[in-house]
Amino acid sequence: MSNAISIHNLTVQFGKKCILNSIDLDVRKGETLAVIGPSGTGKSTIIKVLTGLLKPTSGSVKINDEEVCCFSESEWDNLRKHMGVVFQYSALFDFMNVKDNIAFGLRRHYKVGEKEVKKQVEELLTLVDMSGMEQMMPSELSGGMKKRVGLARALAMQPDIVYYDEPTSGLDPVMTMNISKLIRKTQKTYGVTSILVTHDMESVFVAADRVAMLYKGDIVALESVDTIKNSKNPIVQAFINGQEVTGEDKNEQ
Amino acid sequence: MKVFEIIGGSLIKMSETAGGLSLLFVETLYHLKDISFKDTFKQMALLGADSLPIVAATILCTGMVFSVQTAKEFVELGASSTVGGIVAVSMARELVPILTGVVVAGRIGAAIAAEIGTMKVTEQVDALRVMAANPISYLVVPRFVAIICMMPILVVFGNLIGDIGGWGVAHYYAGISTFSFTNSIKTFAEFYDVLGGMLKSCVFGGIIAIVGCYKGLNAPNGAEGVGLATTASVVLSIILIFVTNYFLSILIYV
Ligand SMILES: Nc1ncnc2c1ncn2[C@@H]1O[C@H](COP(=O)(O)OP(=O)(O)OP(=O)(O)O)[C@@H](O)[C@H]1O
Ligand SMILES: [Mg+2]
Repeated sequence: MSNAISIHNLTVQFGKKCILNSIDLDVRKGETLAVIGPSGTGKSTIIKVLTGLLKPTSGSVKINDEEVCCFSESEWDNLRKHMGVVFQYSALFDFMNVKDNIAFGLRRHYKVGEKEVKKQVEELLTLVDMSGMEQMMPSELSGGMKKRVGLARALAMQPDIVYYDEPTSGLDPVMTMNISKLIRKTQKTYGVTSILVTHDMESVFVAADRVAMLYKGDIVALESVDTIKNSKNPIVQAFINGQEVTGEDKNEQ
Repeated sequence: MKVFEIIGGSLIKMSETAGGLSLLFVETLYHLKDISFKDTFKQMALLGADSLPIVAATILCTGMVFSVQTAKEFVELGASSTVGGIVAVSMARELVPILTGVVVAGRIGAAIAAEIGTMKVTEQVDALRVMAANPISYLVVPRFVAIICMMPILVVFGNLIGDIGGWGVAHYYAGISTFSFTNSIKTFAEFYDVLGGMLKSCVFGGIIAIVGCYKGLNAPNGAEGVGLATTASVVLSIILIFVTNYFLSILIYV
């Protein structure tokens, strides 16, 4: 199977601090790749690079077999019309109501009529279990509700690639499971390629096909979901069992 | 050594800001082609409603005080027929455009920096970019055009208010007749005086919009970042307004 995204030797530094240290990562077409790892290891940074928000220090990134590192903003925009991003902190437009947030891309990039917009927004809101809340403003929503609106907004343009940055953090267990299933369903129905950044192992097991573990700037493990539970890698074992990772034995695979 | 470091550091920062502002200005001009008239009109309405009362209050008082300072003396000197003209010309050429600029910088420039700064630190600007909406076309262009269109309107209105204030004081405090006051305006003031002020105010509007947007888009992360961006935008745009005003006055009136 071909790769939708292929990252090679990617390095990101902020000043002298090296966040991603020459990582390699491939995402196959149509799969959901989970990226796990401790807080502050650069998971969101990977998504920023893959959406063109952050220029990497060095390395190559190919999306749909096109090298994107030297893309101009308008070239990125063409690519971004086929991407959906669920932001870690929702990033809803706070001067627009829920409906306008979700409809933003549809109205801007496709000449759809208001009737069609209304219908699609209703469907998306039902999908995230928030039907009837079109007129609410983001400031009136709880953190978890914002998350779900963010998810609906990301899926509105029927993207080919979706990046979920901790879509289930701050949700209750039932909603977490629903969202994880929704991610799975989106993948199955539309054949989207996705990257799922999460701390939540349950949702990894439900939604992902493969798991990459990021630790101190390196990908220390890349395995299928079935094998990760019994991974021999001590860092992975410690992480999924919620233990402190000890020692510097990260290269011992 | 420390002194050089500090001076060098602030020089670097200043040239960085100058470069950033120029770049944003050029990019804004380039993206004028994607202007959304709906957003622009919305901004114009907000801007007018927000700044009109303060502009009116500030300029009314200035017109009155200007008249207080001149009218009595001029009457004693037997030059009461020049008061109206002096008030109107100085209002039209300098006071109204400068005061409007300062008030709009404080009210609208600060609001722009705070609004866009909040969007920046809460990743809404990133969200715009990811949804293939260029933040310059979407956020900067409507505000830029709206301010530039509204400033001359505020200036015309300000001239009216200022002259009325000046007349009130001249008439009731210094006993200058209404006819003498208006006649004096007709003799001394030209339409060109008002036009020059309007022209200047367009430039000030451009400065306010670009500085506010630039500071907002470059707000450092965190809530205090927004505060810093807001203050910095007001200070910088007021300084730039005064400096450009000097050169514009020479260019237009000398
Ligand atoms: N603009 C920036 N300037 C400097 N350092 C940054 C910047 N953005 C991120 N960092 C640093 O990069 C590191 C990785 O950040 P990132 O947000 O990618 O972490 P993360 O893995 O998503 O963490 P979390 O799970 O908490 O969301 C952090 O240590 C952070 O301090
Ligand atoms: Mg993160």
